[in-house]
Amino acid sequence: MVTITRKIEFAASHLYHNPAFSAEENRRVFGKCNNPHGHGHNYTLEVTIAGEPDPRTGMVLDLTDLKDLLEREVMRRMDHRFLNHEVPELKGLIPTCENIAIVIWKLLQPTIPQGRLHRVRLYESPDLFADYYGEEASS
Amino acid sequence: MKVYLSRRYTFAASHRLHSPAFSEAENLRVYGKCNNPYGHGHNYTIEVTLSGAVDPATGMVANLGDLDPFVQRHVLDAFDHRNLNEEVEAFRTKVPTTENLCIEIFNRLRDFPKAHLERVRVEETSKNSFEYSG
Repeated sequence: MVTITRKIEFAASHLYHNPAFSAEENRRVFGKCNNPHGHGHNYTLEVTIAGEPDPRTGMVLDLTDLKDLLEREVMRRMDHRFLNHEVPELKGLIPTCENIAIVIWKLLQPTIPQGRLHRVRLYESPDLFADYYGEEASS
Repeated sequence: MKVYLSRRYTFAASHRLHSPAFSEAENLRVYGKCNNPYGHGHNYTIEVTLSGAVDPATGMVANLGDLDPFVQRHVLDAFDHRNLNEEVEAFRTKVPTTENLCIEIFNRLRDFPKAHLERVRVEETSKNSFEYSG
């Protein structure tokens, strides 16, 4: 098995707010991320595909196909968007690094034409990232 | 749904690699310039990885508001701008290699109450890194 990883960057804004919490609880739990006007990050996404290289092409998955897929599923949905308000897949979820990684996994997993999705790693900043390996790896 | 959350921190510290079990010549042979009796320093980066289910109320594996002060108290306050050999109890008897540092940091963080500690990675320089998972 070989893995290949493609990296993309997108910029988006978000805020953390749970309507089930009081205003004070929201401020206590989420701190400055609770600012109602939102704030933004440059996210870096690393998508890792695992598989055997196709003997005809030498590739696990054509990187051009992966690039197009990431453009369609992630960039168009999330780049320069307010994640809470403009990404329906995040409705009802707090748009943390953890939840965005899971949502991106769910968007990509059914669309990978060759090989299988191994890992989604999402950096909110160089010092903070989440890794998700899918539900099977969780059990 | 298990998710891994990783957070990176930096601290600066000095150390000297020297084992009392070796002769002076052996120490010099084994540890080379790291055996300099005056010590030397590094900018260390540590990467702390936690794992767990995402709490639906917060969307988080662990709140950084809990993790940051825990790491600050148990690791950064003890190591930052310190001499590891002289000022960290564990290194009175163990050589402060980055392997041993990695294990020491893991042990100091393993009781973090809010999520499972999965791994500690320590980068001594941009070229050397070490990982310990318990």
